[in-house]
Amino acid sequence: MNTLQLCLLISSALFCIGLAGALSRTNTILVLLGIELMLNAANLNFIAFWRFNPAPLPATGVIFVIFAIAVAAAEAAVGLALVIAIYRHQQNIRLQDATRLKG
Amino acid sequence: MPLLSLIIFVPWVGALLLAALPRIGDGAARVLTLIASLSTLALGLVALASFHPAAPGFQFVEQHDWIRSLNVHYHLGLDGMSLLLVLLTGIVSPAALLASWKQARSPRYFGLLFLALQGAALGVFLALDFFHWFIFWELSLVPAFFLIKLWGGPGAARAAYQFFIYTLAGSAFMLLGFAAIFAATGTLDFTQLARLAADGLLVEKLAAVSGFWPQAVFLGVLLGLAVKVPLFPFHTWLPPAYAEAPVGVSMFLTGVMSKMGVYGFLRILWPLFPAHLHAASGWLLCLALGGVVFGAFAAMRQTDLKRMVAYSSVNHLSYCLLALFAVSYSTGRIGFTVPASIAAFAGTLLQMFNHGLSAAALFLCVGILESRSGGRRGLGDFGGVRTAAPVFAGLCGITMFSSLGLPGLNGFVGEFLIFRGVFGLAPCTATIATLGLLATALFLLTFWQRVFHGPRAGAASREFRDVAGIELVALVPLVALMFLFGVLPHLLTNLFNPLVTSWVSHINPVVTTAQLPLP
Amino acid sequence: MTLSVQHLWLIPALPLLAAAIGALTPSGGRTLAASAAIAAMVAAFVLSCCALVAALADPTANLTYNFTWFDLGTGAVRLGWLLNPLTAFMCVMVTFVGTLIFVFSLGYMHDDENFTRFFCFLSLFAAAMLGIVVSNSLLFLFVSWELVGLASYLLIGFWFQKPEAAAAAKKAFITTRIGDLGLLLGMVWLYHARGTLLFFDGGAGVLEPASLTALMVSTLSCGLAVSTAISLLIFCGAVGKSGQFPLHVWLPDAMEGPTPVSALIHAATMVAAGVFLIARIYPLMEADYHHHNLPIHALTVVAFIGAITALMGALIAVAQNDIKRVLAFSTVSQLGFMMLAIGVGSWVAAIFHLLTHAFFKALLFLGAGSVIHAAHHEQDMRKLGGLSGPMRVTFLTFAVGMMALAGVPFLFSGFWSKEAILHAAHAWDVSHIPLYFGLTAVVLTAFYMTRLVAETFFGKPRSHAAGLAHENPAVMTVPLVILAACAILLSLLAWPTPWLQHQLDPQAHTEPGGLSLMMLSIVLVALGLGAGWALYGRLLRTNASAPDPLAAALPRLHAFLAARMMFDELYAATFGRLSNGLAALADGLDRYVWGGLVNLVARLGQFGGLVNREADEDGLNAGFDAVSRKVRSVGQIYSRAQTGETHGYLRVIALGFVVLVLLVMLGGVR
Repeated sequence: MNTLQLCLLISSALFCIGLAGALSRTNTILVLLGIELMLNAANLNFIAFWRFNPAPLPATGVIFVIFAIAVAAAEAAVGLALVIAIYRHQQNIRLQDATRLKG
Repeated sequence: MPLLSLIIFVPWVGALLLAALPRIGDGAARVLTLIASLSTLALGLVALASFHPAAPGFQFVEQHDWIRSLNVHYHLGLDGMSLLLVLLTGIVSPAALLASWKQARSPRYFGLLFLALQGAALGVFLALDFFHWFIFWELSLVPAFFLIKLWGGPGAARAAYQFFIYTLAGSAFMLLGFAAIFAATGTLDFTQLARLAADGLLVEKLAAVSGFWPQAVFLGVLLGLAVKVPLFPFHTWLPPAYAEAPVGVSMFLTGVMSKMGVYGFLRILWPLFPAHLHAASGWLLCLALGGVVFGAFAAMRQTDLKRMVAYSSVNHLSYCLLALFAVSYSTGRIGFTVPASIAAFAGTLLQMFNHGLSAAALFLCVGILESRSGGRRGLGDFGGVRTAAPVFAGLCGITMFSSLGLPGLNGFVGEFLIFRGVFGLAPCTATIATLGLLATALFLLTFWQRVFHGPRAGAASREFRDVAGIELVALVPLVALMFLFGVLPHLLTNLFNPLVTSWVSHINPVVTTAQLPLP
Repeated sequence: MTLSVQHLWLIPALPLLAAAIGALTPSGGRTLAASAAIAAMVAAFVLSCCALVAALADPTANLTYNFTWFDLGTGAVRLGWLLNPLTAFMCVMVTFVGTLIFVFSLGYMHDDENFTRFFCFLSLFAAAMLGIVVSNSLLFLFVSWELVGLASYLLIGFWFQKPEAAAAAKKAFITTRIGDLGLLLGMVWLYHARGTLLFFDGGAGVLEPASLTALMVSTLSCGLAVSTAISLLIFCGAVGKSGQFPLHVWLPDAMEGPTPVSALIHAATMVAAGVFLIARIYPLMEADYHHHNLPIHALTVVAFIGAITALMGALIAVAQNDIKRVLAFSTVSQLGFMMLAIGVGSWVAAIFHLLTHAFFKALLFLGAGSVIHAAHHEQDMRKLGGLSGPMRVTFLTFAVGMMALAGVPFLFSGFWSKEAILHAAHAWDVSHIPLYFGLTAVVLTAFYMTRLVAETFFGKPRSHAAGLAHENPAVMTVPLVILAACAILLSLLAWPTPWLQHQLDPQAHTEPGGLSLMMLSIVLVALGLGAGWALYGRLLRTNASAPDPLAAALPRLHAFLAARMMFDELYAATFGRLSNGLAALADGLDRYVWGGLVNLVARLGQFGGLVNREADEDGLNAGFDAVSRKVRSVGQIYSRAQTGETHGYLRVIALGFVVLVLLVMLGGVR
């Protein structure tokens, strides 16, 4: 079992933990956390594949990850703002209750 | 100095001024309107002073390129006929304004619309290019519509719509006709078209498009003009429109606007389509005769005084057309003679002018009656007015006799010349037309007897003011002119005698093949 | 002193000026208006006398002065003045009688509030009449002719507050206008045929031989000479104005005007205008006379119309009770005589009778006015009577007038003029029927005039008003005396020598009148007078309601005549109905046919709009609506997927991820 496989196993585990968290939590912030975990699992994959590529291109994986982290940060800011708005509206942050946007 | 442009546009400038001064007082608005309206008379007299009746063609001509791609020119010109009508407009318009002086509802808007109307009418009389001629022609409808609808009597809305739509429909045909002419010849200038027509090229060019075009164009133009005059039986818009309009507008409509149609006949239809007019003139003669006879007899049945006067207008204007059609009818036939044709045309022009004066004055008199009776103007609403208001009765009586064609007053000369001409050209027509004279006398004297004679009754049985102040200022000049032109008709005939003579001398006796069946 | 023809226009202009003054004078200025009118008439009379002197210097000359009214084409419409003995005699007569009537009016109209207006209208009337007389142009004659019609309209309707007066004025104007339309047509025809309307114009005038020949030679398709047709059309005007059958109906109604007006209209002027017109254009009337192959001659028509009128007027006059109406119908009858005279070829006799008649008929009317004024406007002769005592001057002068009219021999002018007419009728070679009609009318004239005088002046007063009557002031009686003197003195025009005849028509050779005809007419006059006296003078009426002896004898005929032969009813039933029918037709055509057509077109347009709207709403719009409804329902179904539950979405994402992974792992996507 080489290092790449190990990395992939860890990222898969991380993804599954994130997915489980996102699907099972009612607290919106925790759901967001789950999503961040899944993103980080993906980031880990990028780094791993870049690092263990036999003919690595210069810094592509790192740039991708830095981009993803920046986007995730922005996304977290928007998500947290939404959470605050929901809280103002319904005095809690239960995701199940926030169903107003249904068709 | 662009005199003719001034004549047309000074009233419009007045209208713009009124539009630009929203806070102007009622009195000031009236005075401004009157001044702008009087400009026509003043400028018309200026034109008269330097007008040479004997000079051929148009005078004071203004010609500028306008829309080069369409070969449209800004082309104005004045001949004896135009001058006569400009002077008539100059006389009738101020009198009409004075007649409506007392009407209280927003004189600013009234003046604005009236001046717009006046300018448009003058444009019709002076324009020599169909393009802006037609603009003026149609533009005169809009203010007239609003003047009738907004200031008119109880049935005004319906009358105004009928007037507007009917005349507009007629003009639409005329516009189509001229579009066809433009397509065929590439010009819309009346003088050029008349020259083409005189050489027989106009019909040729139209026929080159399609054999059917000349007749169609002729009929379209004829219809547009016939509605405007109006020629019997296209006259049904006239009585309600004249009756429902406020008195000043009735005066203008009958005094000036009704002349636009006859002017169109003489300026456009007859010079451009002599052969077609000749071919149709048998029918048209019958229609004009119908207008003379039925107009007068229908007036006998009216109980509304304004409708009665309106029908008398139908009758009087039909004389003008009768003369024109008689000339056209006899062209190239045995009955044609030059003196008779000259008399017919001279009579037509005189009749246009004189009818403008007397019919306007008659409407003014009815308006005065109406103002005394609280808006009622039925034949039975009055009685013995002559006792109550002798001065008014005198002036109204003179007006009535002028309308009736009494010698010594203006109406006679025109009617005499028309009868002299028509009798020379189409004797039977003239004989039947005398029925119209008789019926005119009958209904006017009946009007006089019921309203002015007998014991005081109806509105006259109460307090009934004699004519005074503004009314007198409006009526007396008209009456004075009736005397003047009755005794000295040469003041008018000298203006157009050379013109009429040249018209007749240019009649082409060789008429091309008749294209419409003759009765 | 003579008046040259250039200044002839002064004669009508003076009264016209007076009329203008009268029109502009406020009703307070009685003296000004009346004195202006009378002064103008006197001045016009003096000028007329000067003109007469000038005209008689050479009776054969037609002095003319022509001028251009206005240019027309290369020619001109010309007017002019004409001075010949006919003009001059008429001017003198009109101004003289007119002056007397004006003076009489001073007294008669004294209490009227529209006094100034009255003199204005009288002056206008005189001016227009003089205009007819001096005109050398048929056009100017027509102008004046119509003005005479206007003035008579104003004068007949002078008491316009009375509905009858207003109606009579209108009737007079309309009836004469019917005739005038014929005149107008004749005039324009003449103008068309000859290019001028001047009577005399140095050989080119319409009454000069060249023109007459041209008019006579050309004939119409119906065989009539053009001159005949024109003459007859012009004669229509004279028929209307001179109250000839069948247009006489306005004349009796014209009595609604003040009595001086009746005198002016019926005696001196308006009705004479027609006779004058025919006398003026006599050369034209006569142009076809010597052509024997024509179906009809203008003069023949004139003669028969005149004869019928003379007899009809006299017959109707027999059965009238109103003094003025008797005189009115006597005027109709006398005018018939004049027309008869022209028709049988003696226009000179007609003018002679016109002149004498003007004087004695004015006298009779003013006498009647005097009676009416004195009797407080009682005009029914059955209610008068016994006035010969209190009103001596009026009675005597009236009797003179009556005898002149009746044709009492030798002393009175009426006898001579009537004799001249009968003589001419006797000499006419076409037919003697007019003569017999005229002779009958002579009997009847003497009869009804006797009745008139007997009923009015003899016996006892039969009403309160008549009992109170007394003689009028001098301003009214002096004109009567002057007129009576003239009625006698005018005999000198014809006797002992036919002076007037020579002055008017020097070429005419008059053989001495047949003595037997004169004897016959004297006998007939005596017969009429005797019969009148026997019926009305001998057995005087005792009260106003006693039956008329003639009515008792012939009730139906009398009723027919009293109703004026039912002409008014006949016309109302025919022409009145016809014109009303035409009016209704014209109005109905407008309202229902032409108006209906226009409305139909409008309705069609509206209907088109309606169809268009329906097509839009039910066709196009409905289709679009249906499609969009479908789209929306489909969208609704899809929108159910959007539950709003974030976990659901996540689950779907996870599921999708699993599916994706599975696809990759199983090698489905390369």
